[in-house]
Amino acid sequence: MFQVRIHGRGGQGVVTAAEMLSVAAFDEGRHAQAFPSFGSERMGAPVVAFCRIDDKEIRLREPIMEPDAIIIQDPTLLHQVDVFAGLKKDGYILINTSKTFDQLGLGDMVRDWRHERLCTVPAMELALKHVGRPVPNVPLLGGFAAVAGVLQLESVIKAINERFSGKVAAGNVAAAREAYAIVRAEMDEARKKETQHA
Amino acid sequence: MLKQTEGSRAVAEAVAMCRPEVICAYPISPQTHIVEALGEMVKDGTLSPCEFINVESEFAAMSVAIGSSAAGARSYTATASQGLLFMAEAVYNASGLGLPIVMTVANRAIGAPINIWNDHSDALSQRDSGWLQLFAETNQEALDLHIQAFRLAEELSLPVMVCMDGFILTHAYERVDMPTQAQVDAYLPKYVPRQMLDPGEPVSIGAMVGPEAFMEVRYLAHAKQMEALELIPSYAAEFKSVFGRDSGGLTHTYRTEDAETIIVAMGSVLGTIKDVIDEMREEGHKIGVLGITLFRPFPLARVRESLQGAKRVVVLEKSMAVGLGGILSTNVRMALSGLHMHGYTVIAGLGGRAITKKSLHGLFRQAEQDALEPLTFLDLDWNMVNKQLEREKAHRRSGPVAENLLRDVGVVAARNY
Repeated sequence: MFQVRIHGRGGQGVVTAAEMLSVAAFDEGRHAQAFPSFGSERMGAPVVAFCRIDDKEIRLREPIMEPDAIIIQDPTLLHQVDVFAGLKKDGYILINTSKTFDQLGLGDMVRDWRHERLCTVPAMELALKHVGRPVPNVPLLGGFAAVAGVLQLESVIKAINERFSGKVAAGNVAAAREAYAIVRAEMDEARKKETQHA
Repeated sequence: MLKQTEGSRAVAEAVAMCRPEVICAYPISPQTHIVEALGEMVKDGTLSPCEFINVESEFAAMSVAIGSSAAGARSYTATASQGLLFMAEAVYNASGLGLPIVMTVANRAIGAPINIWNDHSDALSQRDSGWLQLFAETNQEALDLHIQAFRLAEELSLPVMVCMDGFILTHAYERVDMPTQAQVDAYLPKYVPRQMLDPGEPVSIGAMVGPEAFMEVRYLAHAKQMEALELIPSYAAEFKSVFGRDSGGLTHTYRTEDAETIIVAMGSVLGTIKDVIDEMREEGHKIGVLGITLFRPFPLARVRESLQGAKRVVVLEKSMAVGLGGILSTNVRMALSGLHMHGYTVIAGLGGRAITKKSLHGLFRQAEQDALEPLTFLDLDWNMVNKQLEREKAHRRSGPVAENLLRDVGVVAARNY
C-alpha cells in the first residue's frame, strides 16, 4: 500500500487533489481511497487530505499517520503544522515553492535522504500561467506522478479531464505536464549529483 | 459499473435509481452532499417525476416526509446529529403511523460540546423510535442498503434508517460498483402503499388511541419489526442474485470459526478491525469479528449463535450510554444471557477520535489476557481527565469543562492526524 498525505490551506483544492489522485489510481485498475481530514474547512485554514493506493481492497479507515509521500501545497505551513509527522526516512516530499530545501530551512532534516525523492515545483506560478487562477493542486499532481512513480502522468491527465472541462481542463493539463517535466529534470539533476559524490 | 466516487454521490445515485417521488431536504453536515446531488438530479430532469422540497428545518423535513408518504409517494430524506434530534418527535410519528420513509443518517456526534465528527450517538439515540436501523461498513454497502431499505420499508410499511459513518464514508472517494437502473427496477417493485390518504376512498391516519387499544398498537409495531428478521436474509439473498454481491443481511462474521476472542462492532471501523485481525491471525491469535448490519430489530438469535463458541466477547462501539456504559454492548449482552463468558465494553472513536490499528492491536491483546476493565475507553487521555477533576476539587467555580480542556491541550485548530 502506498499512502499520500497532502497539506494545504482551505481554498487550495487539497481535498480535490486527493480525490483526483484516487481517480487516477482507479483508472490504472488499482484500489484507492481518498478522504479529507474532516475539519471545519475555512478559506486559509490548514487542511489535510489523504490518499491510499493498493492492489487489493482497502479496508483501513484510520488517518494516514505514516505516509510514504507528502505533498505540501503551501510552504508557509512548514512553520505552522508538523507536516512531516510520521514520514519515514527516504520518503517522498513534493513542495509547492520556487525555493530549494536548503532555502526553506529543511536542508539539515533531509541531509542524508535520497535527494531524487525531494522535489519542489513552483505550482502556484504554473497554475497562474496556464489556468489563470492561484490553485496549485493540479500541477502538483503532475509533479507527484514524476517524483513517486506510483502513477503514470497520463492517468493524472485522464483524471483532470474527468474532473474539469474546456479551458480549465486544458490549462490544468498543460500545468501538470510542465510540473512533471520540471520535477523529472530535478530528479535527473539530483541523481547526477549523487553519482558524482559516490 | 465500477466507479471511483464519493460515498455521498454513490448513495445519491442509488437513491435516485429507487425512483423516490418526494425528497425533503434540509442541510446538515455530513449528509449535505447527498441531498445536494439529488437536488441537482431533480433540477436537470435525471430524476423525474420527483418533487424536491427545501424545508425550513429537520422537523419540517420529517413532517413533510410523513405527509408525502401518507399520500402514497415514495419518500426520502437525510440528516445527521442535532438534525436527527430536532426531528425526533416526527421520527416517532413516522414509525407509529407505519409510513415507509427511507432516511440516511450520516452518523455524527451529538453536542454539547458541539462536534461535527463521526460517531454513532445520533442514530442510536433513536434506537427505540420504531424505525429499522441498518449500518453500512463501506460505501458499496451504503448504496446497496438504500436499495434494500425501500423494498423492506414498503413491504413492512415501516420506516428505515440507513446509517453510514459521517465523513469516514460520506466524504471518502472509493471504488463502488454502481448498479444499473434495470437491475434496481428488477429488484424494487413499484410502491403499492398498505395505507394511503385518497380523496376517492377517504380514511384518516393518525387517530388518538386511549388505554383501550394503545398497548395493542404498540405490540403490533414490535411484532411488525420482528418480521424484518425473517425478511432481511431473503432480501439480501435476492439482492445477491440480481446484483451479484453480498450486501446487507443481519450480521457479517469474519474469521470467527475457531475464534476464542470475538470483537463486535458496527459500521466502517469493521474494515480497520479486519486488517488487525488478519495480522493477529498470522501470529496465531484465535480472533475474529462479528459485524452488526441490522441494529433494529436487533438480531438476538443470530448474535447468540455467532458468539456462543467464543471464550470472550469485546464490543467496540462508537456510542455511549452515560451512566451505564455501552449501548451496542447492552444489546449484545442480552443476546448472550445465561452464557458463561467474559464480556468487555470498549467505547471508542467518540466525536471523531481516530481508531487506529496500533490501538486495536494493544486492546485486543489485553482482551486475550482478560486484562481489560469491563468498561474501557480506548485511547482516553487520563492526564487531561485528571487535571480537570483536580481543578473541580480545588475550585467550586472551576469553569466550563470543554473550554478548560481545550485550554489544557492548547488547541488552535482541531486535527486528527
